[in-house]
Amino acid sequence: MTRMKDSVESAVDSDAIAVERTLSGDRDAYRVLVERHSANLFRLAYRMTGNRHDAEEVVQEAFLRGYQKLGQFASRSNFGTWVYRIAANYAIDRVRQQRREEARKEKPARDDSSGQELDPVDFVRDEKPLPERLTLNAELRNKMKEALQALTVAERTAFVMRHWEGCAIEEIAGVLKSNSGATKNTVFRAVQKLRRALEPFVTKGMEARAMGQQG
Amino acid sequence: MKHANENELIGYREGELSQREEISAHLAGCADCRRELDRIDAVLAALDALPVEDPGADYGQRVWQQIAPRLGGRAARWRDSLLGIREVADWFAPRRWAAIGAVAVLVVAAFVAGRMTKHAVRGSDTADAARVRERVLVVAVGEHLGRSEMMLIELSNAEPKNSKQNVVNIGAEQRRAEDLLQENRLYRQTALEEGDAALASTLDELERVLLDVANGPKEVTLVQLETLRKRIEARGILFKVRVVSKELRERQKSAAKPPAQNASEKKEGKKA
Repeated sequence: MTRMKDSVESAVDSDAIAVERTLSGDRDAYRVLVERHSANLFRLAYRMTGNRHDAEEVVQEAFLRGYQKLGQFASRSNFGTWVYRIAANYAIDRVRQQRREEARKEKPARDDSSGQELDPVDFVRDEKPLPERLTLNAELRNKMKEALQALTVAERTAFVMRHWEGCAIEEIAGVLKSNSGATKNTVFRAVQKLRRALEPFVTKGMEARAMGQQG
Repeated sequence: MKHANENELIGYREGELSQREEISAHLAGCADCRRELDRIDAVLAALDALPVEDPGADYGQRVWQQIAPRLGGRAARWRDSLLGIREVADWFAPRRWAAIGAVAVLVVAAFVAGRMTKHAVRGSDTADAARVRERVLVVAVGEHLGRSEMMLIELSNAEPKNSKQNVVNIGAEQRRAEDLLQENRLYRQTALEEGDAALASTLDELERVLLDVANGPKEVTLVQLETLRKRIEARGILFKVRVVSKELRERQKSAAKPPAQNASEKKEGKKA
């Protein structure tokens, strides 16, 4: 644990040095930061946008914006957290924009369907037959996509950052430009909505597995 | 405590700190609330099974390759950008002068060597100048690679001052890596200008290692040092540096021989 803490602290120190060097004109020092934080940003962006293409765009844009704004970055704060926040903000803008565009384009065609707006998660291609994908019940998976798509962008962001990314409420509040109390409520609302939508299918799956084990 | 409501259980599940002990104590004695929490858990666990694609181990490098050409000029330091103080200050920075000094030495050496060659052999001036430039580069890069190799070996053998410590101070190696980094960039650039892609590529790889060392913490734990060693080993940079150093020594010897002999040797080499 201490070792992990040491490692995090030295990564932060090392980030601060790389930031300082980048600001001094050493552009290659920024490479260290990009290589170190890309995977983290990708995971967040993928969960927020739901597909690889958009996630990669978010990561690139976040680092480009980070480079342009590096002068405004207070070196006493953590570069990883800072650029993560830029990525989260850009992902929110991008998903909102996509939802607006899709709603405008798809509205006539969707009148006879469920009427729900299109979610980027729907564009996820199953490029590899991962074990998780095979074991995950297809119906439940579709329901999860629908449930995530039914969340507002703020609810989805709050859920992704809190549940999957383990971010502090204050950090999420900063991204959502809200206060801690309202952000907590956004997380609660997201989980409640997901629960209402998914519980029947989750319990059905559990019952089916239990029956299978008995038989 | 009365039964926990849904938000309290969600908050409990999501790591909310307020009322945590109270809810925990209640859950220990209330089967209804435990069942309710289990149902919430089941939904969240199902969501956790949604996979995230793996972008690959080299993802960070790919991101850099994609964004590097789009970065434009230097990152602006806002407090300096209005006055341009930094640019002026940079020109007086000792490191900058060291870099300029290195270029100046290279240029003067090439000039002097060129003049000496001109006096000795009249005629094919252009070819001589190119050969001299290459010889200077070969000597300078050979020495640079030797110093880099030495630094990497010392870094690989670094140990704590006493056996009780689990932290190693690599400050000295780091300062040398910083200096070598400056030189390395100049030589890589020169190698590129001279059209020596193979040498430029090795110098580029060396530069990544030097960057890692120079940008790392001054004091590293034994685990961090081991990780650094493994990274150096994984890139095989020491081996590459030795191979290139050997090649450069051979080129140096070959360049020292008379031009006619050189030409015939080249032909022989091509035939082989």
